Amino acid sequence: MDAFSLDLLRDIASGIFFVVGCGFMLVGAFGMVRLPDVWSRLHAAGVVDTVGAELILLGMAVQAGLTQATLKLALIGLFLFVTSPTATHAVANASFIAGIRPTRLRRNETADVLGDKARAEAKS
Amino acid sequence: MTKAVGLLIALFALWLALSGYFKPFLLTLGILSCLFTVYLAHRMKLLDDEAVPLQLRPALLLYWGWLGGQIFKSAVAVSRIILSRDMAISQNLVAVPCPPKTEMGHVIFANSITLTPGTITVEAANGKFLVQSLTDDGANPEGFAEMGRRVAQIEGQVK
Repeated sequence: MDAFSLDLLRDIASGIFFVVGCGFMLVGAFGMVRLPDVWSRLHAAGVVDTVGAELILLGMAVQAGLTQATLKLALIGLFLFVTSPTATHAVANASFIAGIRPTRLRRNETADVLGDKARAEAKS
Repeated sequence: MTKAVGLLIALFALWLALSGYFKPFLLTLGILSCLFTVYLAHRMKLLDDEAVPLQLRPALLLYWGWLGGQIFKSAVAVSRIILSRDMAISQNLVAVPCPPKTEMGHVIFANSITLTPGTITVEAANGKFLVQSLTDDGANPEGFAEMGRRVAQIEGQVK
């Protein structure tokens, strides 16, 4: 395998990652517009900042090869893995405390977790 | 002491990864700044299981690989719902029991649930999580039980 075909393979592999990642980001953006409320829109945002962002980082890492840049990209991916659920949880928890409940709610087991506090709230 | 050495090694590895310099003078400066940071962390009593989670098992890396697969699968499921004409969502707020024992295990489990598109951890109380899911499939208790079991395996000992 000579250097030229190796470069070509690398371009193809990173191209696939970019296309799939951008596809997920696009779908996530559609979801932000289409879905009905805060809770379901958070899931669309989740698609963008987990799969979308990580696949694009992976594509960039393939493009960079075994260099320092790849190490930095891996670190960005790691930090994204820790910070994005924290941000999502903060928004979800804030809307929960503000009293917003999901639309078309089928099963609600809030009382099982929060105990008497939630039952008192439900009564009032 | 183990925690201090672990933090020193991790900090210096981060320093090397971000700077990429191997000149002796700069390396010395890097080591000195890492030592100073560890001293400050020690003074602030930050060298505990939370800041330096050495108690986690190395199998954490395998767990991340498995989690990546799960994230991809549920991302595809959520994408199908978004792109379908009638968007068949039926949201649930379910109580999920939490098998991990340590605080670090709770954090990993809750963050794993939130990372997976389609489920979000909303609140934690009384050893349970309140999880919001986009579909009935996402609220399936077996999926949570398996993830919890895997987290309990990697969380390490309670001190």
